[in-house]
Amino acid sequence: MNFKLKIWRQKNREEKGYFETYKIDNISPNSSFLEMLDLLNNQIICNKKQDSSPISFDHDCREGICGMCSLYINGRAHGPDNLITTCQLHMRHFHDGESIYVEPWRAKPFPIIKDLIVDRSSFDRIIMSGGYISVSTFGKTIDGNMIPISKDQADKAFDAATCIGCGACVAACKNRSAMLFVSAKISQFALLPQGKIERKKRVLNMINKMDEEGFGTCTNTKACEVECPKGISTEYISFMNREYIQSFIT
Amino acid sequence: MENTLKFNSKIPVSSLTHKWEDHKSTLKLVAPNNRYNIEIIVVGTGLAGGAAAASLSELGYKVKAFCYQDSPRRAHSVAAQGGINASKNYKGDNDSVYQLFYDTIKGGDYRSREANVYRLSQISSNIIDQCVAQGVPFARDYAGYLDTRSFGGTKVSRTFYAKGQTGQQLLLACYSSMSRQIGKGRIKMYNRHEMLDLVIVDGIAKGIIARNLVSGEIERHSAHAIVIASGGYGNVFFLSTNAMGSNASAIWKVHKKGGLFANPCYTQIHPTCIPVHGNYQSKLTLMSESLRNDGRIWVPKKLEDAVYIRNGTKKPEDIIENNRDYYLERRYPSFGNLVPRDVASRAAKERCDKGFGIENNDNKEGVFLDFSFSIEKYGEEKANELGIKQPNFLDKKKLGKKIMESKYGNLFHMYEKITNENPYNTPMKIYPAVHYTMGGLWVDYNLMSSIPGCYVIGEANFSDHGANRLGASALMQGLSDGYFILPYTIADYLSEHLTEKISTKHIAFQLSEINVKNRIQKLIQNNGNMSVDFFHKKLGNIMWKYVGMSRNHIGLCKAIKYIQELRDEFWKNVFVPGNIDDGLNSELEKAGRVSDFLELGELMAMDALNRKESCGSHFREEYQTKEGEAMRDDIHYKYVSVWEYKKNKPISDEIMHKEDLNFSFVKLQSRSYK
Ligand SMILES: Cc1cc2nc3c(=O)[nH]c(=O)nc-3n(C[C@H](O)[C@H](O)[C@H](O)COP(=O)(O)OP(=O)(O)OC[C@H]3O[C@@H](n4cnc5c(N)ncnc54)[C@H](O)[C@@H]3O)c2cc1C
Ligand code: SF4
Ligand code: FES
Repeated sequence: MNFKLKIWRQKNREEKGYFETYKIDNISPNSSFLEMLDLLNNQIICNKKQDSSPISFDHDCREGICGMCSLYINGRAHGPDNLITTCQLHMRHFHDGESIYVEPWRAKPFPIIKDLIVDRSSFDRIIMSGGYISVSTFGKTIDGNMIPISKDQADKAFDAATCIGCGACVAACKNRSAMLFVSAKISQFALLPQGKIERKKRVLNMINKMDEEGFGTCTNTKACEVECPKGISTEYISFMNREYIQSFIT
Repeated sequence: MENTLKFNSKIPVSSLTHKWEDHKSTLKLVAPNNRYNIEIIVVGTGLAGGAAAASLSELGYKVKAFCYQDSPRRAHSVAAQGGINASKNYKGDNDSVYQLFYDTIKGGDYRSREANVYRLSQISSNIIDQCVAQGVPFARDYAGYLDTRSFGGTKVSRTFYAKGQTGQQLLLACYSSMSRQIGKGRIKMYNRHEMLDLVIVDGIAKGIIARNLVSGEIERHSAHAIVIASGGYGNVFFLSTNAMGSNASAIWKVHKKGGLFANPCYTQIHPTCIPVHGNYQSKLTLMSESLRNDGRIWVPKKLEDAVYIRNGTKKPEDIIENNRDYYLERRYPSFGNLVPRDVASRAAKERCDKGFGIENNDNKEGVFLDFSFSIEKYGEEKANELGIKQPNFLDKKKLGKKIMESKYGNLFHMYEKITNENPYNTPMKIYPAVHYTMGGLWVDYNLMSSIPGCYVIGEANFSDHGANRLGASALMQGLSDGYFILPYTIADYLSEHLTEKISTKHIAFQLSEINVKNRIQKLIQNNGNMSVDFFHKKLGNIMWKYVGMSRNHIGLCKAIKYIQELRDEFWKNVFVPGNIDDGLNSELEKAGRVSDFLELGELMAMDALNRKESCGSHFREEYQTKEGEAMRDDIHYKYVSVWEYKKNKPISDEIMHKEDLNFSFVKLQSRSYK
């Protein structure tokens, strides 16, 4: 397959970015989107032109679980397929000869580092503000089976816990809201008996931090749910809102 | 003399069952008021490093943690699918600390340290409790209790899991514990930083040189002790199940500064990965071993059927039962599809080498992993449960699929996305791939390397897995090292080095920094023509062909020669774009890592050449039984091979030392899974 690629290039946070056009031929439909970019980079490197450097993009596990890859492809976070990350996107989803637009996640709380790489450490700071259970990490705790949890409850907590922190929800949202991400973490802990003790403090701190980092509010467009590679449901946002309100009622 | 000093493995002398308790009670302590003044560097924030960083800071030490990703939550541990072992005997199948210990020692083909493995088994139970307390949503049964499943090489059900995302859930728990400490300011986190050298002052580890991957700055960091938790080196093969960034640089730099390297040749090949399908491929994807609980592995019995399947004229469903060769069940009736990974991998290779492979790729490599039996069985059970009388085939299939989905949904989804085939309807295609490295830096019982003050934990060290690793035991080891062992043992060292933090202005830091900078300069100013990936792929080909699933004398000699040539070629002809002060430069990062792999690869081949026996994942073709099983040689090779780098000499001049393995508790037996 052959493609025309329009890729966002930006040297660093300060400099202005622009789209550059590349051509790439002979791509197997079975290769992944990132493998296609590898080939393009190899082409750029082999051409050895002084002014063109390989395209920087984030990736690591390449199996949809680390949350490192990003990319806004043809106007969609993680590209044109549902329930996948960019590294799981394969070229068979595109038409031969198609022009493909590739951009970084765009959101104020995710400043661009270079080309397609953005800084998502605002997510880490939200977790630091309370996204944990304050148990000490050594010494003795009680036996795991002393805390029985119904299968339903455990499954629900698990579904929330599968968020990979990729930030697609933010990139897809017109308000740049991080509600889906935050609600997933809050719900996971609030659904488990171990996490209930600190639930009020947790939801307050995390929501405050989210606002402070400059993320917008949720207006229920549900674009996040559509683009979330892990299928996190917006129901968790409602759940979080209830937790938030309840935290004021003592 | 020097070597005897280096070799004190510090294994306590009391009886095996009491070693750890007795040892702990003799370890020296650091008073809480002193801890705040002590700084510890942790390189790597996967399960091992993350757990250590969280626990150490919880104890009150000041921690500086480093990882090359943008957040600790992305460390490669996140990818572990199957589960984590613990001998809790919740299922009442007579599991015990001894049983877990025995399976693990046997699984490692009697090439691991008895004392370490026993300690690991003892601690296993605490890990689960700890993780439950942290909020890990482990699978539960309907009564609300923790659920388990089985893994290869065992006859009990002791693997705790969270669907196919156990590593993710464990890592996120670890990361949140770390985050709590980062929030308090007790851990200082250095994301997007790569350690490029270890700094040694008077023979003691005192700091590291790291590169800020965003700004490109070279930084000096000093500390009272260094903990290396940088993961495995499977990416030396280029194609592997490891994350793309996984590398050996941290441990390799320690090695070149005097840290002994143990058992480099032990590479675990995982039997259930998606087969290679093209030369554009950048990595291989694992399908969890837990699938073997519900999948049967087969290839066609007749060569012509294999040909039909490869060229697409027959589908797997067209091959009738009698014409299928369930080769694992045939060869290993008592373990069947649940034999350990090395055994299952070699058996697949044997069939494919004979021409029965079913995948239409260059090497015709691939076997089927078939779920139709389990889908039908589960469907029937569910139909009975629901009281459906005489369910038809489709009903059963529908019900069965639902159950499969609840167990392995995400794995099936992942498979379908990559291959465009639906494993609920047709068997998966799988083939072995490089997965885990049992070798690593040599450590003593306290997890300290041969350089005082430098500790090594998780996949980066060598001690617990011997020549092979059973599934679900790496997570166990990483967490037990990080949460439960290192925090005690490091105090013993620190108590005697309380005041010795060295200024980063010290000459040793200056020299290290100059070395690092020179190397970067050399890479960037090299006026070559080929990309880094070109060399990495070439190295990978050599490694897979000659130092892969099976090895022989001639092949290994060739490998050594080819790697040396390739390394020369690399330094002559590699092209790394960009300028020195450019900041973020992925090609430069890769170049540094590949240049280290080009040295480590040679040592792996040397080690494999030296070990004239077959054990675990190390299969030397010259040493096998008539039935093609591995033939161990306990008389001559019951040791850990420990390699010492000689300063300013080539890799081929490294010296091998032996750490004898003593088994007092288990009797060495030949490892049979028949
Ligand atoms: C696909 C897959 C599935 C698996 N499934 C299972 C399973 O089901 N059960 C099981 O028990 N095991 C499993 N394993 C094995 C297990 O996941 C790993 O062995 C284990 O997670 C390793 O943990 P670690 O903490 O030692 O290293 P890692 O998690 O690899 O962490 C390495 C850390 O070091 C950092 N790092 C590396 N080099 C540098 C450097 N130079 N400078 C700074 N930082 C550096 C990285 O950023 C990272 O934070 C699986 C492995 C794979 C690949
Ligand atoms: S909620 Fe979904 S889209 Fe948002 S960070 Fe988590 S996994 Fe990514
Ligand atoms: S690279 Fe890990 S999720 Fe895509």
